[in-house]
Amino acid sequence: MNAITDALIITKRQLLQLSRVPEVLIFSTIQPVMFVLLFRYVFGGSIDTGQPGGYVQLLMPGIFVQTVAFTLAATASGLAEDMGKGLIDRFRSLPISRSALVVGRTLGDSLLNIVVLTVMGIAGYIVGWRPTGGILNTALAFLFLLAFGYALSWTGIFAGLAARDARVVQNISFLITFPLTFLSNAFAPTTGMPRPLQYFAEWNPVSTMVAACRELFGLENQFGATAGSFPSEHPLITSVFYMLLIMAIFIPLSVRKYVNKSK
Amino acid sequence: MKTYRKGEVKALDGLSLDVEEGTVLSVLGPNGAGKTTTVRILATLLSPDSGHATVGGIDVIKHPDKVREIIGLSGQYAAVDETLTGWDNLVMFGRLYHLGKKASIARADELLERFSLTESAKRPIKTYSGGMRRRLDLAAAIIVKPKILFLDEPTTGLDPRGRQEMWGVIKELVDGGVTLLLTTQYLEEADHLADEIVVIDHGKVIARGTSDTLKKDVGGERLEVIVEASQLKLVAEIITRVSGTSAHIDEGMRSVSAPVKNGTKSLLDALREFDEAKLHPLDIGLKRPSLDDVFLALTGHAAEETK
Repeated sequence: MNAITDALIITKRQLLQLSRVPEVLIFSTIQPVMFVLLFRYVFGGSIDTGQPGGYVQLLMPGIFVQTVAFTLAATASGLAEDMGKGLIDRFRSLPISRSALVVGRTLGDSLLNIVVLTVMGIAGYIVGWRPTGGILNTALAFLFLLAFGYALSWTGIFAGLAARDARVVQNISFLITFPLTFLSNAFAPTTGMPRPLQYFAEWNPVSTMVAACRELFGLENQFGATAGSFPSEHPLITSVFYMLLIMAIFIPLSVRKYVNKSK
Repeated sequence: MKTYRKGEVKALDGLSLDVEEGTVLSVLGPNGAGKTTTVRILATLLSPDSGHATVGGIDVIKHPDKVREIIGLSGQYAAVDETLTGWDNLVMFGRLYHLGKKASIARADELLERFSLTESAKRPIKTYSGGMRRRLDLAAAIIVKPKILFLDEPTTGLDPRGRQEMWGVIKELVDGGVTLLLTTQYLEEADHLADEIVVIDHGKVIARGTSDTLKKDVGGERLEVIVEASQLKLVAEIITRVSGTSAHIDEGMRSVSAPVKNGTKSLLDALREFDEAKLHPLDIGLKRPSLDDVFLALTGHAAEETK
């Protein structure tokens, strides 16, 4: 039981931090909202989707996924910062569960995602996004997004523990997440890409997540080159598989890294 | 023994020490001597490559969880959350020690009061001075009244006033009966706070004892006289006669000195002879060796030289 309360105290710490420095929360919501507006009005006019309701219907799931993917960098740099300041040593010298600090942080980042996704959803609605999959499916899509963010924050934990400097880890995280989110179906159909990239894009977890969300929001989603392949036919299941895979790899790796930080 | 893989530097090399319950042991050494590594091993943050250690009778390698319940650690850098207030930090750590909400709040208030931080309790740590941060960090380390406290260079980087305040707080804790292992590179600090001192260099213990015995090991008192340059030779003759050993002349400092066995008697003898010879030294006195001298004598190099 203690392991859970310990983790929750760490989560509470993160919320306290946000209340002491509200700018962090403000800017982490402004950025995705800015993406919504930019893509909606800059590319929205020139990308012909054939989709009723226009580009914004395809765009919103893409931006939702991109945003939760970017929390990886926040998780990683937050943790790296704690380590740089020696705070980790204090936590590690306390009689608390070994997993508390990292579990607490992943939970905190998920809470932050709830706020960010809510604000984005409202912004999307204002610029014309209308999910048509029904309330239940829409809610399920958001749960899906949170779960994806949670899974990814474990890769952030690992990166944060492995890194030596908070600034470096932030840059590296972006170097990974940025191409991953753009080499996907998030913002444009994959059919415009060179063939090898198409294959990559369509097996990319970001694409399966986007496709899954689109499905839940009531849209048809077409994959290009690999139409008929497993991920294009079953984006929901593939995404669940990816999340479990990510957690199965990175949770034990991270906890081990944290405990062994002493070696 | 602890060897770091990078570059195969031996941080600790057969280091061995023990602290008696309720006393203060100071681990004294220059930067890189292995002080922090020692503390990190004892505080369960680091595993040694070989060897063993027990803290409060508990094996740190076999039962680190149990060790963590009886120790407090305050490191070289204030390990608190800087964006949070002092109060937030102490309450959070109290809760992580499983004190419960009410008790954590009460203890936080009590500690802030005791360490003269009540006024800044609701300000983010970022706005604290160096001394205030260290005090808060120490407060966080003693939330559950640990039996054993590790302080790793608690005053490094503090100004003289901050250091005095920190010493006051530490003395209070020691009077309260805590067993303390304190590392420092300030000889004065060890002299001031510790019952016993262990001098380490390059991961090895090179001397151990009370500050008095260490000083004695290096040699007793010296009689030192400062005079006008023209009188150096004459004074040296007198000092040599009084002390029975040949006096050392430092022309740059215009000083003449020699080790003496019976300090006060030699001083009086010297004064009488000077008076008879109508010599008027600028300064005369008995010098006890400082711990700096101890270090120099033990390691053959000054404390600052090693990086």
